Amino acid sequence: MLKQTLRTVLVLSAASLGIAGTANAETLRLLTWGGYAPENVVEMFEKETGHTVEVTLSNNEEMIAKLRATGGRGFDLAQPSQDRIAGPQQEFGIYKPIDLSKIDASQFISSMLEATKGNTTVDGEVYGVPHVWGTSGLVVDTSMAGSVKDYTDLCGGDVAGKVTYRLKRPTLIGFAFAMGLDPFAAYGDEAAYKAIIDQVEAKLVECKSNVKTYWSGGDELMNLMRSGETVASMAWDTGGWKLNADNSNITFVAPASGALGWIDTFVLPAKSRAEGAAYDWINFVMRPEIAAMITDAAGNFTASKGADEHVSAALKARYQASFPPADVDNIKWYPPVPAGLEALEGAALDRVKAAN
Amino acid sequence: MTTADLECLELSKRFGDFTAVDQVSFSVPSGTFFSILGPSGCGKTTIMRMVAGFLDPSSGDIQIKGKSVLDVAPNKRPVNMVFQHLALFPMMNIADNIGYGLRRQGLAKSEIARKVDEALDRIGLPGIGKRKVEELSGGQKQRVAIARCMVLEPDVLLLDEPLGALDLKLREHMKIELKSLQAAFDTTFVYITHDQSEALVMSDQIAVMNKGRFEQVGSGRDLYYRPQTAFVAGFVGESNRWRGKVTRSDAGGALQLTTEAGLVVTGADNGRGLAVGAEAQIFVRPEAIRISRKQDELAHFENRMVGKVQSLLFNGAASRAILRSEANGDDIEVTLPQSGEFADLTRGDDLHFGWSGEQANAFAVEAD
Amino acid sequence: MRAGAKLGLILLLMPLLLWLGLLIIVPHIDMFLVSIRERIGVGRYQISPANYLTFFTEPLYLVTFMRTALMSILTTAITLVIGFPVAFYIAKVAKGRLQSSLFLLCLVPFWVSELVRTFGWMILLRETGIFSSFLQWLGLVDGPVEMLYNDVAMIVGLVYTSMLFMVVPLVTTMESLDDSVIEAGYDLGGSNLSILREIVIPHAMPGIASGSIVVFMLSLGNYLTPTMLGGKDSLWFTELIYSQFIVRFNWELGAAFGFMLLILSSIIVWAMLKVTGQTLEKTMT
Repeated sequence: MLKQTLRTVLVLSAASLGIAGTANAETLRLLTWGGYAPENVVEMFEKETGHTVEVTLSNNEEMIAKLRATGGRGFDLAQPSQDRIAGPQQEFGIYKPIDLSKIDASQFISSMLEATKGNTTVDGEVYGVPHVWGTSGLVVDTSMAGSVKDYTDLCGGDVAGKVTYRLKRPTLIGFAFAMGLDPFAAYGDEAAYKAIIDQVEAKLVECKSNVKTYWSGGDELMNLMRSGETVASMAWDTGGWKLNADNSNITFVAPASGALGWIDTFVLPAKSRAEGAAYDWINFVMRPEIAAMITDAAGNFTASKGADEHVSAALKARYQASFPPADVDNIKWYPPVPAGLEALEGAALDRVKAAN
Repeated sequence: MTTADLECLELSKRFGDFTAVDQVSFSVPSGTFFSILGPSGCGKTTIMRMVAGFLDPSSGDIQIKGKSVLDVAPNKRPVNMVFQHLALFPMMNIADNIGYGLRRQGLAKSEIARKVDEALDRIGLPGIGKRKVEELSGGQKQRVAIARCMVLEPDVLLLDEPLGALDLKLREHMKIELKSLQAAFDTTFVYITHDQSEALVMSDQIAVMNKGRFEQVGSGRDLYYRPQTAFVAGFVGESNRWRGKVTRSDAGGALQLTTEAGLVVTGADNGRGLAVGAEAQIFVRPEAIRISRKQDELAHFENRMVGKVQSLLFNGAASRAILRSEANGDDIEVTLPQSGEFADLTRGDDLHFGWSGEQANAFAVEAD
Repeated sequence: MRAGAKLGLILLLMPLLLWLGLLIIVPHIDMFLVSIRERIGVGRYQISPANYLTFFTEPLYLVTFMRTALMSILTTAITLVIGFPVAFYIAKVAKGRLQSSLFLLCLVPFWVSELVRTFGWMILLRETGIFSSFLQWLGLVDGPVEMLYNDVAMIVGLVYTSMLFMVVPLVTTMESLDDSVIEAGYDLGGSNLSILREIVIPHAMPGIASGSIVVFMLSLGNYLTPTMLGGKDSLWFTELIYSQFIVRFNWELGAAFGFMLLILSSIIVWAMLKVTGQTLEKTMT
């Protein structure tokens, strides 16, 4: 009898200890891009902190649409690009400010951290910190389409019918720069911006006969380029590097008018629950050796200070081949998109798609 | 002799190993009502479908008005068919149903309308042309189905058990009506049925069919009174039957049969030449058996028995009694006379009964 | 007793009513309210018909809807023309095992998801795909042929996806047609064509109508097949709705488009029923 009571007490206290041990263990619902939360990193994080991670893969537009539909509920951490934070926050209020005291700023490349903080500030509150950055430009089969050096070269006669690009806003922006215009400077002036978009629209309609199809997913683009059905495309740098591993003729080319630079961030959805786990995750993945693991998985470099040393040599070589130092300086970083411009761009893109 | 409207010559149809129709030959003279009577599965429907053209015969020939129609597609044959469930077109009104065949012939609209009205008058349903099929009663549908065929003036009209779906009262009525329609249209009817009363009432000629063959062709009277095979004797009308060995046989056709139970029955083989020792069956119709309360009234019959009334089947003019023979316990069905003499008969009464040997038809038992 | 029966009926219908109410009616009311909002500034809205006016004043949207509707009607017609003989064969000619295995064959494509089916077509039709290689191997063409990314490929995909939904109602109605009715047609002198026109088609009309409605609505509402197979010229109305909601964050216009799709497609179906003399009740039984 006594023995049994004793055992019960022991079991109960063990159980309560167990509960205490995991009291601050939470479930982190992460809304992110493919490759940003590789399995080995998630495993290490869960072992170290006791939190569990649920990953949902998405893209910029869907992230915002999801959070808007739920009023910022359902996820604890999201990773939209830094230009897509201020606008949607003003419009829909789907994020909450970041408590910078809970973030280890020393792990970040400070220039990138400062730039992101500036771009994601609304009413004096900071809403985003940088994570992964990269560029979009041209992915070209150099043996077939050596002439393609800039976006507008995609409309050249020598690559007719062998071109593919997305019908999304980076295409509008890229073409605008290649046509000698500066859309970012016109962000604040809707009329000027519309004039630029109108010119680009005319160019894209004219260029339409050159296009085989407008790609919409990464796999589709890979298939098109790998099979040789298309020889030049607008795409992300990582896509080009991935293809380069299979076929050395295909690679990422930084366009003459400048590659478009983006930074994907960490933001807290307005109604997030596991805030502690979210900060833990940010500080965890920004450690140089962890950040390098993510770079290996996603192909893109991070804002983590000193992570480059841990990245594989092959990736570094491809990066250096695509980006001579002058081209790095030429990268056009996306400023925050003022609310309302997307509707303007959308109508133009719809008209391009409908044109014959 | 005029050529027959329909003539089948050694017609056969085999489905794999199964022979549905076996070397059947018959001819239907112009203007007659010809029935094929047989149990289900005997092959009668197969014959009809071959005549209509929906099946090709395995061998033999089908001639209509003396010309072979084997190479003629069903939609070109000068025969029309009234289907078992009538097969009226539910998507058309009555006038369009009747006019369907005429439209196929490419007649002018006014001509079609005239003929349809005429046909509706003929079947006694004037002015129903605009109605829908489902608004008609069973008997009306029946008549429309016949009119739909008759407007095409076919050489032969085939009817595939068209009364099967009707209730009893209507069926009795339609038997008479069909016969008079046939007379009115003056067309050759070939009628298929498993119901002997339909065949007997309406037909000029009946073919009794069994297992793919015709057993006997003749008038209803022939089949009833002079059956040529045991099957016909058993299938047409009702009979008491005994089975046994022939124990005596006269040159005149009279013979004696002894059943296994030892009962001796006298009968006639009507020229079928049954020898002593042969297995035979004897059929006696209930109305051929005379009953009496006194034994001496039946003295002139070769077959005499005594029995008790087991049950009384009252059915007006066709009332019957079932008697149990004292000798061996057989149940025998007899028709009660109309005279009222036995109106007071009750169960358990003792009766004498007997019949003449000529009324008892004997057939050899065929090896199965 | 009567009150008890009434309560029982209400309880019995409750799941259906809840389902209808919560999953169909309430979201539609919400959608409608969104569709009559107009954005007048950052986070500020007012009630106005502006979104509906946009649909009618911007020719692109109306043209895209017309194109989608016409292509869907064409798809429906092609599906019917292919599906009718197939259904007739299954219902009236094939017997026993053949009948059930043919029916199963129509079902097989639906064991994989629409995405996989569409990918299958992409593998077949693309420039480096199976058909193109086969034609080159036969020597019929000199170089690779691109069969993907055009309206024909898109309609092929839509017809393939819709086939079952046409064949099933057609088989069901045609099975109810008594064989002897067809035989009676032949017996009375009808040719194949006249029997088809005057007997089989009129009988199958409810099946034709319900199959066509389903195929039309499915094609109109399809998103994957047109975007994946259609390529650069294949603007489909659902794609417009998707991009308004997801890409442009313009829920107001997207909701208005959704309502216009609902209204206009209902009008088209109603008109088709009127033209063929069918009623919805007849079609659904």
